[in-house]
Parts: sequence; structure tokens; C-alpha cells
Amino acid sequence: MPSSLSAFFAGLRASFLSVFVLVLVGTYIGIGALAHDYGFGLDWIMASTVLVWAGPSQVIMISALGAGAGLLETAIAVGLSCVRFLPMVVALLPLIRGPQTRTRDLLIPAHFTAASMWVESFRLLPAVPIERRVAYCNGLGIGFMLSGQIGCVIGYFLTASLPPLLTAALLFLTPMSFLVSTARNARSLADRLALVFGLIVCPILVYADIGLDLMWTGIIAGSLAYGIHRLRGARR
Amino acid sequence: MSGYDGLWGYLVLVLVGFLPCDIWRMLGVVVGRGIDEESELLVWVRAVATAVLAGVIAKIVFFPPGALTMIPLPVRLTAIACGFVAFLLARRSVFVGLAIGETVLLTAGFVLAR
Repeated sequence: MPSSLSAFFAGLRASFLSVFVLVLVGTYIGIGALAHDYGFGLDWIMASTVLVWAGPSQVIMISALGAGAGLLETAIAVGLSCVRFLPMVVALLPLIRGPQTRTRDLLIPAHFTAASMWVESFRLLPAVPIERRVAYCNGLGIGFMLSGQIGCVIGYFLTASLPPLLTAALLFLTPMSFLVSTARNARSLADRLALVFGLIVCPILVYADIGLDLMWTGIIAGSLAYGIHRLRGARR
Repeated sequence: MSGYDGLWGYLVLVLVGFLPCDIWRMLGVVVGRGIDEESELLVWVRAVATAVLAGVIAKIVFFPPGALTMIPLPVRLTAIACGFVAFLLARRSVFVGLAIGETVLLTAGFVLAR
């Protein structure tokens, strides 16, 4: 990759070869159809895909606004569902950042950070020269966003409303793809345990009606996994 | 119409979508600036991020949004478990896991709907 531009296109190309193209097109068909059902404009839903860029959070936002929820209430629900991006960005940045990278160059890759880009970055970036990773990530992010937009348009213009079973299958793409792609990337003991503990802890917290369930899931399950990783390391 | 058209719609989008979401990403840039790639702190942060993603998965499966509620919980759990086992058997192929999980969900949903 001789230049940043070629790195950008390499990232773009990688995005189209990723299985996440299918996931994103499918997920956003569901989101486009949902937005249409609630009477939002296509320009609005496409702008939301650029600005929010988080499938599950967009579903929350559209359903809440569409059902007539208040703006503050909606903003809080969206904000809570996006807390996950804080640790995701913190974990990803050291991989993207070279010695010469300026902080402002990291803002765009940070905005592109979503589950798709996050898991694929951990898989693909190690093979990319460190000084080209920002450009590569931007290509990856743009490519994924493009897939999402294509899905939005298809979903919006599907003349007959989607059959409920198909809508259910599209919504199921998110948990299914998150699970297997996170499992594929989880090579260390800490990551594997965090995945298993997170799956167990979160439903318990929700059933117990504890607020901020996603945040507490991250802290409790993540720290537990980390603690076991440390104990194993200390014994060796 | 949703009542969120034109300029007002975009303003609402920025206020209830863009800002509440991106504030966490930008905070991540600020917090992550000083963390070294090899540090133990990063192992913990990665574990937390992975656990939160696991939480998102579990939340959608146990407390699904919209049309996914029409698929009973045992079917949702069976489908995601089948997808995961298929992923493992197919030498960690994300595509195979996705295809099998979706097929199980659709087939069971189709049979139940009859």
C-alpha cells in the first residue's frame, strides 16, 4: 500500500468482501422498512444511518419517535444503547494509531466504529502497515455504511410491507452475526470468558430490573473475565 | 407523516440520535489517547467491550424488538445455538453460522405460523 489513497481503497474492497455486507444490507432493509412504516422520510433515515451508524440504536430511535415518545426519553434510550462504543473505541484506537497519527485523524474512524467495523478491524488491521491504518479503516467504514444505505433504500421501497416472519429474520441478523463474529475474534481467555459471562449476566440484570443493564454487564462480566485471566497469569 | 420532516426532523435527529451516540465514541478517543497497545488496562477494556456486545446479543434474543417477538423464546435460543454450533463445526465460518441460524429461525417460524 504505497499511499493513503490505495489503503483507503483496500479497506473499501475488504468491506465488500466481508460477510458483514450481507448482515448490513439485511439489517438496514429492516430499518428502512420500519422507518417507512412509521412515516419517516427516506432522506431522514439515510441521514440517520450516516449520523448514528448503529443498527440496534437506530431501531430504538425509530420505534420510540414513531410511537410518539418524548425527545428526552428517546435521547436517553439511544444514549444508553450507545455506551458500548466507549470501550470499543478505546480498545480499537491503539491498533489504528501510529506514532505519527494526530488525534483529529482518529475522529472519523471513531465515528465509523460499530460492531461490524470493530470486529473486522481486529481481523484485518494486523496485516495493514501501521501508517496506513487510519485510511484503511475509513475505507472499511465507508464501504459498510454504503451497504447499510443500499439496505435502507431497498427496505424503504419494498412496495408491499415485509411479511412479519421476514422482518423477524432480519432483526435476528444482528444477534446471530454479533455472536459468531465476536467468537471468531475472541482468541484470548479474557475475551472468550467476557463473551460467555456477558451472555449470562445481561439477562439476569434485565430480569432483576436493574437500570443501565448494558453498562453493568460490561463492567461486571468484563472485570470477572479479566480477573480470571489475571489469576491464571499469576499462577504460571 | 411522522411529524419529523424538514429541518425540524434533522434537528431532532442530531439531538436524539447523533449526539447521544457519538458522545461515547468521542469520549473513547479522549480516554483512549494515553493507553498503550501492550498494557494490561487494554486487556480489561477489550473484555468490557466484548461483554457489552454479548449483552447486546442477549438482550435482543431474550427481549426482542418488534416482529422478532412473534418467534417464541425457545425457538430464538435454539436458532442462535444451532448457528453457533454450525459456526464451530465449519471451522469458525461466520457465514455458515449466520446461514444455519437464520434457516432454523425461518423454518421454525414458518412451521409455527401454519
